Amino acid sequence: MSRTGTDRVKRGMAEMQKGGVIMDVVNAEQAKIAEEAGAVAVMALERVPADIRAAGGVARMADPTIVEEVMNAVSIPVMAKARIGHVVEARVLESMGVDYIDESEVLTPADEVFHIKKNDYTVPFVCGCRDLGEATRRIGEGASMLRTKGEPGTGNIVEAVRHMREVQSQIRQVSSMSEDELMTYAKNIGAPYELLLQIREEGRLPVVNFAAGGIATPADAALMMQLGADGVFVGSGIFKSNNPQQFARAIVEATTHYDDYKLIGELSKGLGTAMKGMEMNTLTAEDRMQDRSQ
Amino acid sequence: MIKIGVLGLQGAVREHIRSIEANGVEGIIVKRIEQLEELDGLIIPGGESTTMRRLIDKYDFFEPLKQFAEAGKPIFGTCAGLILLATRIQGQDSNHLALMDMTVERNAFGRQRESFEVELDITGVADGYEAVFIRAPYIVDVGEDTEVLATYQSKIVAAQQGNFLACAFHPELTDDHRLTGHFVNMVEESKKSLASS
Repeated sequence: MSRTGTDRVKRGMAEMQKGGVIMDVVNAEQAKIAEEAGAVAVMALERVPADIRAAGGVARMADPTIVEEVMNAVSIPVMAKARIGHVVEARVLESMGVDYIDESEVLTPADEVFHIKKNDYTVPFVCGCRDLGEATRRIGEGASMLRTKGEPGTGNIVEAVRHMREVQSQIRQVSSMSEDELMTYAKNIGAPYELLLQIREEGRLPVVNFAAGGIATPADAALMMQLGADGVFVGSGIFKSNNPQQFARAIVEATTHYDDYKLIGELSKGLGTAMKGMEMNTLTAEDRMQDRSQ
Repeated sequence: MIKIGVLGLQGAVREHIRSIEANGVEGIIVKRIEQLEELDGLIIPGGESTTMRRLIDKYDFFEPLKQFAEAGKPIFGTCAGLILLATRIQGQDSNHLALMDMTVERNAFGRQRESFEVELDITGVADGYEAVFIRAPYIVDVGEDTEVLATYQSKIVAAQQGNFLACAFHPELTDDHRLTGHFVNMVEESKKSLASS
């Protein structure tokens, strides 16, 4: 008897993406550029985060036509975003055969309190996190992959760095705690106790954790890998740059060889202007996508 | 003591190392071609085959990998690795390393929601083996010299041809290390015969 949608199958899919780059695309042409450049998957969107920011209003699941167009264009896996807590958008994407769903704070949340109960689905989910409490709550709901939230569409790496460092540092703390300390720690950070026990045993998260939210250059991608990311999502960075082909390739290579500085130097030459980027203190509380969910 | 490398350009590298080590052998992550020299065998892991091939070309791994195979050293391809080993890929005119006489079909069981796990019998290796299939390929047909080791729903999912071993599933994702153990034996045998020749 074969079994579909098991943890091993869903988490395993993300394991295969390790060391790779997942790129945001808005049409078949961009998807092909991404695949050709060596992306391990693409995220099919109606608009990249920087444009979502600029457009304002309510951001929803992409038009299924765009998702389908991208699925038909490439043989690598295709991901798509559903609004936080929007079970119908998620089921629609699942029924279309999307390979991974991002329950994403980049879109306007449909539910300000509850996330989707993701372990009910055959399709795996990726969710954003800022710290270990948030990471383990999402795993508890059934996320098979994590990513830092960062601050999407800003081209500023500072928040992704903060979130990756926070998660890694909390894993190290948990690893050295005694069991009685762990229960209080679980309460303080709002984490499921059993998951913390498992993390303490293994010294790492039970799922893959990618970096996302603000990666704008090859050096940014390499930085996140050095901080312990399993791979990177690049959103607005690639197709907002002057030369997407070259830029996409450079990000892929910098992610593979994140400790080869000479190579990263070469890759960074003549890439043209990266996206302009935004300072965090220019964002109002409403502008901060990372704070849209807990 | 033998050393087995795992091609570490992209994909499930760490898990393969764990499985090699569970068989009591040293595992090495291979990112540069010079590292191939110290190895007795190589695993090409699961990941995205398109991505891996691009990186193989980019870092000039293609010829050194062919030479590694010609030198009589065993190679084990899993999932994407299986695709890289095949001589024929359905629906494509081009192939990759073309070391095993077989035709493969990519993503042959469907998309991620159709991915599954199942218990398999692998001839001469393991009964009731836990196999995890993720957007997996299968082998459509094999040449005379290629031995079929396992099938699922009458599709070929594991095969061996001399020093080359390939499977459509992921031996590195479970704690069942018997298929990797079989590869370790192949590497030990080849090292002995290479030493005596």
